[in-house]
Amino acid sequence: MNSSAFKDTLLLVVFATAILTMPIWLKPFGAAYPDLMQRFAIYGLFAIGFNILFGLTGYLSFGHAAFLGVGSYAAVWSFKLLTMNVLPAVFFGVIVAGFFAYLIGFISLRRSGIYFSILTLAFAQMCYNLAYSVLTPITNGETGLQLTLDDPRVLDAQAAAGSIPGTTLFGIPMTGITGFYFCAVVLIIGFFISMRIFNSPFGMMLKAIKSNQNRMSYTGFNTRPYLIWAFVISGMYAGLAGSLLAVTDPLAGAERMQWTASGEVVLMTILGGAGTLVGPFLGAGLIKYFENIFSSFNEQILHEAFAALPDGLENALVGLTSLFVGEGWHLTLGLLFMVIVIFLPGGIMEGVRRIGSLFTRSGSKAKSESSTAPEAR
Amino acid sequence: MSKLTKKGSQWSRRDVLKATAATGAIAGAPMFFTRHAYGADYLNNPGDAGSVKLGFNVPQSGAYADEGADELRAFKLAVKHLNGEGDGGMMTTMQPSELKGNGILGKKVEFVTGDTQTKSDAARASAKRMIEKDGVIMVSGGSSSGVAIAVQGLCQEAGIIFMAGLTHSNDTTGKDKRANGFRHFFNGYMSGAALGPVLEKAYGKERNAYHLTADYTWGWTQEESLIASTENIGWQTQTTVKTPVGAGDFSQYITPVLNSGADTLILNHYGKDMINSLTQAVQFGLRDKQVNGNDFVIVVPLYSRLMAQGAGENVKGIFGSTNWHWSLTDAGSQAFVKSFGQEYGFPPSQAAHTCYVQTLLYADACERAGTFEPCQVGAALEGHKFDGLGNGPTEYRAEDHQCFKDVLVVKGKENPTSQFDILEVVEVTPRAQVEYAPDHPMFAGGNLGECNNGA
Amino acid sequence: MDSILLQILNGLDKGGAYALIALGLTLTFGTLGVVNFAHGAIFMIGAFCAVTMNKLLTISKKVKDESITFFDAFKEQPYLEIWFGDTGAKIVEYSVPLSILLAVPVMILIGLAMERGLIRHFYKRAHADQILVTFGLAIIIQEIVRHYFGANPIPQAAPAIVAGSASIGEWFGLGPNLVYPWWRLIYLVFALVVLGSVFAFLQFTTFGMVVRAGMQDRETVGLLGINIQKRFTIVFAIAALVAGLAGVMYTPILPPDYHMGMDFLVLSFVVVVVGGMGSLGGAVAAGFLLGILQSFASMNEVKSILPGIDQIIIYLVAVVVLLVRPRGLMGRKGVMED
Repeated sequence: MNSSAFKDTLLLVVFATAILTMPIWLKPFGAAYPDLMQRFAIYGLFAIGFNILFGLTGYLSFGHAAFLGVGSYAAVWSFKLLTMNVLPAVFFGVIVAGFFAYLIGFISLRRSGIYFSILTLAFAQMCYNLAYSVLTPITNGETGLQLTLDDPRVLDAQAAAGSIPGTTLFGIPMTGITGFYFCAVVLIIGFFISMRIFNSPFGMMLKAIKSNQNRMSYTGFNTRPYLIWAFVISGMYAGLAGSLLAVTDPLAGAERMQWTASGEVVLMTILGGAGTLVGPFLGAGLIKYFENIFSSFNEQILHEAFAALPDGLENALVGLTSLFVGEGWHLTLGLLFMVIVIFLPGGIMEGVRRIGSLFTRSGSKAKSESSTAPEAR
Repeated sequence: MSKLTKKGSQWSRRDVLKATAATGAIAGAPMFFTRHAYGADYLNNPGDAGSVKLGFNVPQSGAYADEGADELRAFKLAVKHLNGEGDGGMMTTMQPSELKGNGILGKKVEFVTGDTQTKSDAARASAKRMIEKDGVIMVSGGSSSGVAIAVQGLCQEAGIIFMAGLTHSNDTTGKDKRANGFRHFFNGYMSGAALGPVLEKAYGKERNAYHLTADYTWGWTQEESLIASTENIGWQTQTTVKTPVGAGDFSQYITPVLNSGADTLILNHYGKDMINSLTQAVQFGLRDKQVNGNDFVIVVPLYSRLMAQGAGENVKGIFGSTNWHWSLTDAGSQAFVKSFGQEYGFPPSQAAHTCYVQTLLYADACERAGTFEPCQVGAALEGHKFDGLGNGPTEYRAEDHQCFKDVLVVKGKENPTSQFDILEVVEVTPRAQVEYAPDHPMFAGGNLGECNNGA
Repeated sequence: MDSILLQILNGLDKGGAYALIALGLTLTFGTLGVVNFAHGAIFMIGAFCAVTMNKLLTISKKVKDESITFFDAFKEQPYLEIWFGDTGAKIVEYSVPLSILLAVPVMILIGLAMERGLIRHFYKRAHADQILVTFGLAIIIQEIVRHYFGANPIPQAAPAIVAGSASIGEWFGLGPNLVYPWWRLIYLVFALVVLGSVFAFLQFTTFGMVVRAGMQDRETVGLLGINIQKRFTIVFAIAALVAGLAGVMYTPILPPDYHMGMDFLVLSFVVVVVGGMGSLGGAVAAGFLLGILQSFASMNEVKSILPGIDQIIIYLVAVVVLLVRPRGLMGRKGVMED
């Protein structure tokens, strides 16, 4: 007990340190600019929340992006109507998303397995399609909900004419690097809560549901309230992530709710390792890194990178690598998915575990662990 | 630290706070990157550097990827010309021009690229990377109005200039106009105003129009514009139907047209939707029909030649409008088509043209302002009159940052000679006919706000 | 009246398309238990078989176009037309039906290769892993297609003889306004024939019987000394073939582009699940049901009462069906419920 508590504290400290020092150690990767680091934190939070549902209970929701979108809309409306302070925005984002999650979860959780997945997908797609078209007065449709000069903002003092005020936390601007630190702190809190949930009796109950729901219900145990709570909590994480997106960049677009966005968080979680604490965050970071950095390499940059080589070789290498970067970044992502899942069943965390077991050399135990992992459904 | 000596070791709480703040600021400084860098009077000031960076944010994946690729080709060509390489293209025909072929303000032009994925979120993320990491001084590009408006809003908040690429919605320079954003491309209102008289001449005054409209902001503004201009020439509007974006199969929207009594179908679709709905409307035999003694006709208000390239037979004889077309014979267009054609082996699209022109216009404005400072560059663009860039005499109107120029009405060519020869220019509608007041109801509700230089 | 009949035809046509795509998916997903996110990509490959065939048939002699001076533009004349005159032109015109000849071997090979090379190793893996690996594969296929064919849709024409519309109204004495494109009618008939053959194959052959038994209880069938693995490989190839043929025949209706598979992916999953896991008949029924409802929801009369209903009807129906019938229309107990 004590040693596990110690391990948890250690994990939390290491995680927090790693997050807060991102501006330093991400520099060599070309990723240490505020927007991308904010995205790492926000989508990491999204995936960590998703993992509370999927990783613990095995219920695969294909509609979590709806809560992200709803959280964003709520936050932007809070900026438009109330104040540029981020706390009410985050509050409303989480609450409204939680409310939506309760409604959708209440209905969808009447089914399990693939039927549950399709129900959540259907609800999210309905939200997306309506937000894109008929609900435009609320969502501003395709263009996305933006701040304008004539928003009321009843709680704020009149801002300087002619410019839209930025989001703040009691005067601290929430864009740029301070915005990142705000997201980072929220992420660490979110991680801490997720860790507590994993170790709590509630979390144990969810894991039990995953391993055998039938047996649970035979014992006369009603699993539904637990599932609904797990669904609502992960929906609130999504809403939190959505409101943070609006905090760092006050715009909410409908395509945040599209099925591809729901699919993305599923991929992030599986890629990192479903059911692990840190895995979903790693998966989210990896996907966002590819999306933002790999897509930006163009031939000019490649030529600079290979400039030291002889001309013929340089051109050949540029031609080859340009298939995988720039507009070809999707191809690299697809390859990455396949390679990881083929060689590392269990995602990135499985790789970490294997590397770890190389060092600890407690051979047999680690081996049996890793060979049983893929069998688990 | 002078306070330390003054008050000895007696640190007041205030001093400690100040010192902490100062230490924090110093430690934090490298993390602020270019933003609010010391000594900068505006965001991403290139200062003494020998080069300056522009950001080209185009769709590289999704439905508009080919259009994005064409825009990127144009941007690269523009950079080449600005740096004095190649044959100079439109730099030789642009009037007035301060461009010297030695970069911008003597600094070599470099560029970074990004993928908008035709999604507002991804586009803003990509633009933010350019601004925060790469330190660009201007962002350009876009292939849909939603993305253009989203990125324009971002550039306004960040404090750099946005030179819009292909965006056709009235809102870009209407409801959602911004002081830091400039659009060279034409818009839905202009399409309607230009098409009206041509349609009247070709199809008469008594027509009954049926609209199929993509169900989002661009579709609506175009529908509104077209209804206004066709009713102006005496046409009736029979029905308007909104179709979901990316519907794929439009048959369920097309069959009601057959028996509706309408004799004209107006397709307010763009890109993939346009190709699909047009192909299917033709397949349903609409163009072979006779209604009220009229031949049934289809109109596609905004043409994309790139997309229409494969549609072959289906576009023949169909009217539409376009911002520019490579077959124009003025000196500017010819120079551009020549250098683009020699570089890439095919003619440029209208998207490529507008992006190329926007880059030159930006560079010229910097030269005239003598600085990269966004507000002064913006001021140099406002009200700027120029010629020789393929659209005849053009003005960047100061009130809404929209370019006013002639609009082309085109028609699908009956006997194309090559795979690029799809459209023929029917009429060059003069600027006066497509001009509107800045407070026109279709554009009302917006406010440029004040220019932001990010400092 | 006409408009109702036309919408029913539209619905049947759409339904045929949905059912064909869903049929392949339900074979792999509903019965083999593999969540195949690459199924849409297989459909897309089929469509691009038609594009490839057209490109092959129209390999052209290039004559420089002298009217364009600033770059090398070419007028193209297909060799087939140069060599065989009108016969050659006719062959080019029939490129879509001809591409079935190309699609059959290609799709079967792709199906076999996918199952042998990849899917086989994932039967026992978690669904999550199946999603990740097939999604990755779908992306790779898409990007390869985009690399060669670009991102713009490439319209394919149906043969001229069936390019127009059939006067259905006159056949049945319902007035001249009831017309429907020939190719869409052909597609409907084609869909019904393919659906019928797959059913007959699984229902009336020994092979089909073993496969159906294997779906119910793989282990017992294995104990009987039957190599169920080999049969599953063939089922997968059939699924790929059906999806591929659906793609080929759909090209004159919907100009193919590299992303069309993803656009159909979600829809086909919804169709399969609404039909019920493990039920071929359910998938077909759901396909036609959703197709027809979607057509009716798009009518102005309906949209004026319920704005935006045509955008969500499919999902709305999915929710209602799954709430009323826990396992979809005809689902079997215990398939993919855990």
